[in-house]
Amino acid sequence: MDKVKSLEDLKRVREEALKKRQAKVVTGQKEIIVGMGTVGIAAGARETLKAILDYIEKENLPDIVVRQTGNIGLDSLEPIVQVVTVDQPKVTYGKVTPDIARQIMHDHVVGGKVVKEYVVEG
Amino acid sequence: MRELALHLLDIAENSISARAKNIIIEVAENTKTDRLHMSVQDDGIGMDAETVSRVVDPFFTTRTTRKVGLGIPLLKAAAEACNGYLRLESTPGHGTRLDVEFQNSHIDRMPLGDLPGTILPLVVGSPNVHWVFKYSIDNHTFVFDDEPIKKELDGISLTEPDVLAFLRDYLKEGITDIKIKQSLL
Repeated sequence: MDKVKSLEDLKRVREEALKKRQAKVVTGQKEIIVGMGTVGIAAGARETLKAILDYIEKENLPDIVVRQTGNIGLDSLEPIVQVVTVDQPKVTYGKVTPDIARQIMHDHVVGGKVVKEYVVEG
Repeated sequence: MRELALHLLDIAENSISARAKNIIIEVAENTKTDRLHMSVQDDGIGMDAETVSRVVDPFFTTRTTRKVGLGIPLLKAAAEACNGYLRLESTPGHGTRLDVEFQNSHIDRMPLGDLPGTILPLVVGSPNVHWVFKYSIDNHTFVFDDEPIKKELDGISLTEPDVLAFLRDYLKEGITDIKIKQSLL
């Protein structure tokens, strides 16, 4: 009746993750940075970050690092999401809603194609 | 901000900027005294007394990109509008503690909001920090401590999809469990 998660569940999670690691090809780490300054939070950055984590979970994406950063001086363009992959320079996206975040995950992070319409210039 | 959880997120980000290695977030509802108490405690670089007194001024900020820092002043105003208060204690080199309290049933008290959805990004986005989150209603307490979890995972990344699912469910269930226990009385 008590569905409370325990460290036993976690043991199983770890075993599954180790098995997956042995089975797959490592494609190089990808880093996603979400701005979490006060302005970013007020603009909805938490929902954007949640959408990104949900996408990773549901699409079962390996080797993705998700980080937070503070205010980077682009207040009117918050929420800001930056994507760093091994083969491309850092790309900064602005006004990233959860829907746009999902598109960025699909097109850029997975597909390797920068989503130009949301890129912040300069 | 429309949720108190978002204010907690904002304050916790300050702790991260202060290079804290340990951050403790506590939320405690007391139905008998009708108070809601929240705190964020860190072991970051801290602030001297003069900085502490200036932090509640909206026109004070350590940022270089602009001249306004609204996170703490807005939270203070929100608390004071609900018969509450905000208190900051800090020691340079040791850390900072922010306490904020509201009259729980006050009509202007904004909702707590999505706590699991707030703690998860903090834990996953700053994995080098030791996070402790405590949620209590009266005598019922849920404690989330990421240390035993990280120890058990032994190097597996927190952004591993199955780990994300585990963390999300663990936080959600823990908080819901407290709410259920409270409502059963």
